[in-house]
Amino acid sequence: MRGVRSVDEVGAEERAASLAKRSIKKSSKLWALDLAIRCIDLTTLEGSDTPGKVAALCAKGIRPKPGDPSIPSVAAICIYPARVADAKLHLRGSSVRVASVATAFPSGQSFTSVKVAEVKDAVAAGADEVDMVIDRGAFLSGDHEKVYEEIVAVKEACGPAHLKVILETGELGTYDNVRRASILAMAAGADFIKTSTGKVQPAATLPASLVMMEAIRDFVRETGRPVGFKPAGGIRTSKQAIAYLVVLYETLGAEWMTPERFRLGASTLLNDVLMQIEKERTGAYQSGDYFTID
Amino acid sequence: MAIAKRAPTDLAKQTFEYAPAPEAIDHVKIEPRYGLFIGGKMVAPHSKKHFPTINPATEQKLSDVVEADEVDVDHAVKAADKAFEGWSRLTPSRRARYIFRLSRIIQERARELAVVETMDGGKPIKESRDVDIPLAAAHFFYYAGWADKLEWAFANRKPRPLGVAGQVIPWNFPLLMLAWKIAPALAAGNTVVLKPAETTPLSALLFADICMQAELPPGVVNIVTGGGKTGSLVVTHPAVKKVAFTGSTEVGKLIARSLAGTGKRLTLELGGKAANIVFDDAPLDAAVEGIVNGIYFNQGHVCCAGSRLLVQESIAEPLLEKLKLRLGTLRLGDPLDKNTDIGAINSKAQLEKIEELVESGVEEGAQIYQPECKLPERGFWFPPTLFTNVSQSYRIAREEIFGPVLSVLTFRTPAEAVEKANNTPYGLSAGVWTDKGSRILWMAERMRAGVVWANTFNRFDPTSPFGGYKESGFGREGGRHGLMPYLELV
Repeated sequence: MRGVRSVDEVGAEERAASLAKRSIKKSSKLWALDLAIRCIDLTTLEGSDTPGKVAALCAKGIRPKPGDPSIPSVAAICIYPARVADAKLHLRGSSVRVASVATAFPSGQSFTSVKVAEVKDAVAAGADEVDMVIDRGAFLSGDHEKVYEEIVAVKEACGPAHLKVILETGELGTYDNVRRASILAMAAGADFIKTSTGKVQPAATLPASLVMMEAIRDFVRETGRPVGFKPAGGIRTSKQAIAYLVVLYETLGAEWMTPERFRLGASTLLNDVLMQIEKERTGAYQSGDYFTID
Repeated sequence: MAIAKRAPTDLAKQTFEYAPAPEAIDHVKIEPRYGLFIGGKMVAPHSKKHFPTINPATEQKLSDVVEADEVDVDHAVKAADKAFEGWSRLTPSRRARYIFRLSRIIQERARELAVVETMDGGKPIKESRDVDIPLAAAHFFYYAGWADKLEWAFANRKPRPLGVAGQVIPWNFPLLMLAWKIAPALAAGNTVVLKPAETTPLSALLFADICMQAELPPGVVNIVTGGGKTGSLVVTHPAVKKVAFTGSTEVGKLIARSLAGTGKRLTLELGGKAANIVFDDAPLDAAVEGIVNGIYFNQGHVCCAGSRLLVQESIAEPLLEKLKLRLGTLRLGDPLDKNTDIGAINSKAQLEKIEELVESGVEEGAQIYQPECKLPERGFWFPPTLFTNVSQSYRIAREEIFGPVLSVLTFRTPAEAVEKANNTPYGLSAGVWTDKGSRILWMAERMRAGVVWANTFNRFDPTSPFGGYKESGFGREGGRHGLMPYLELV
């Protein structure tokens, strides 16, 4: 990975900060908020997740605002492998997909054979998409080959399912590493690259996302194969979500502004987006009690 | 991919059109007509002559300002001379207090100043808001701190102020250049007569109001407006002891000639044709941002603009591809819109100069690239422009264009980069992009330029001295060095 071009930390952070200052108002704000909902991977990843909790989340994902058909469904529900079957059942007939984390999420510290088996079982249970984690231990110790081969193996195990590769940028330490891991994951066959598990701080950040998007841009230039991007963790407000959309738009362009190529991994973001849409439409903020908590 | 493709009609709808986001202007009051700021108050001019100042983005008149004549300038210099005694003998910590006050009021009135700067000069509001005004305040803040430490700033020497400083500033960063001039002069105990540029006098007149609000002693700061004639009256006035000029090399030479033998102290900050040098190991995306910031910031109306891109031949192709893509995302238009990246050209005359030089580039055989970019109908506009196939001998590689026009040249080795970069009559700034720390130092040692930026460009800080080599002028502004031109060391 030494041949991968370096990243300037100061430059990346400045560029991200300047894009975060874009002022998105009125019609463009409504458009962005609508897109944000369509791109959300509505997520619950707790030890306490039950079939009931997943059912509630699925209902919310299909119809985020009951009684308002203009609000679209989210892109997917993101859950642990053991809950895939529950989600599949409750999402039947809707456009919402089932995304399952896998490969010893969130640490990735297990045997490749176990990870591959987990992915196969998740897909067999009905997962449309698999969110795997890379082996950061191997990556940071310099064993890039192991990381690569594991992604290749998982991709194969996915079969028709869509593969998102989580880099866990908060554990990689430098933007140079973020860029290297991005290139490595794409070369190994990732359909999407994703920032974080949400279990490590910092989770998604705007500069790390910019670095990943720039890596995608370079990868597409080299190979012609488009790869999607998913920031996850810590994105709770509409303002943050719009900042990600602005960086996406000005880095990868309009073609990436679709759930096929962009996802937002989030749980509490959805209600804030709904509240902001209502505010844009009516000019007034509604009480939190008008938005369902699931 | 596993997900079904959307219908093409849906894809077509997927453009992210930023809705207009104009900065409010209703909180700003621009007088229909201004006088001169002399002796602590706004006074009617002896000349009785006014001229309009317009908004270059709309060509609409904003106000009428005075064209000061010999008598007006004489009044201003006399007021400054009269104030010098009191100001220079004031307890240094009290002098500091006034300058801190100016800094604080600039911060308090930042939005108003930013809007006026953008309306009068054409620069994007995001630049006046995030760069010009905060830096101007920072400059006053920084030099306020020097006022009571001067005595210990120069070992075994005693600093003495000079008297009245005559200062003439350009139109590219009106308030910031005012701050660069006035802050060190006042901290050192001098009084000033300042003439803002003909096309951008309004923020200086607003600063006059700030001086009154700060209850600055009358005559310490005087502001006279007008054109080149007024400027020459200021610098040649016999009671002016020190002249500071920022502007074109052409006018700088005239001033230097006219002051020869008068004993007046002079500092000049003039033109530039800076090289921005990108090595093959540079972080490319950051370099692209640096190149864009280097030449398209403030429509290229920057004396230290990185107007010559020197790129190592082995990476010229991917770098230019990235650069062209990035040019396509620059948003040109209403300077008051918060999302505008490129505003209006400052004046019709400047636009004509840019057009003339760009035409010469095409004629001499350089290849021009301009992104698709719709220019507004009224006002003065020029799209971001890039020239490739440029030779060192072309006018666009030698003359200062002072517009959003970049000339791209290539080099093969570090030695060749140094040679080409230094092969210019100017020497204000340079940029070096490389991942290799030792090469940055190696390059910095060899650049004949007052400022060398490493992996960044157009970064300013009041603590850092700024100034030129060769035809880019002499004297330094900023930092402790910036005090020297305003002091006599005995």
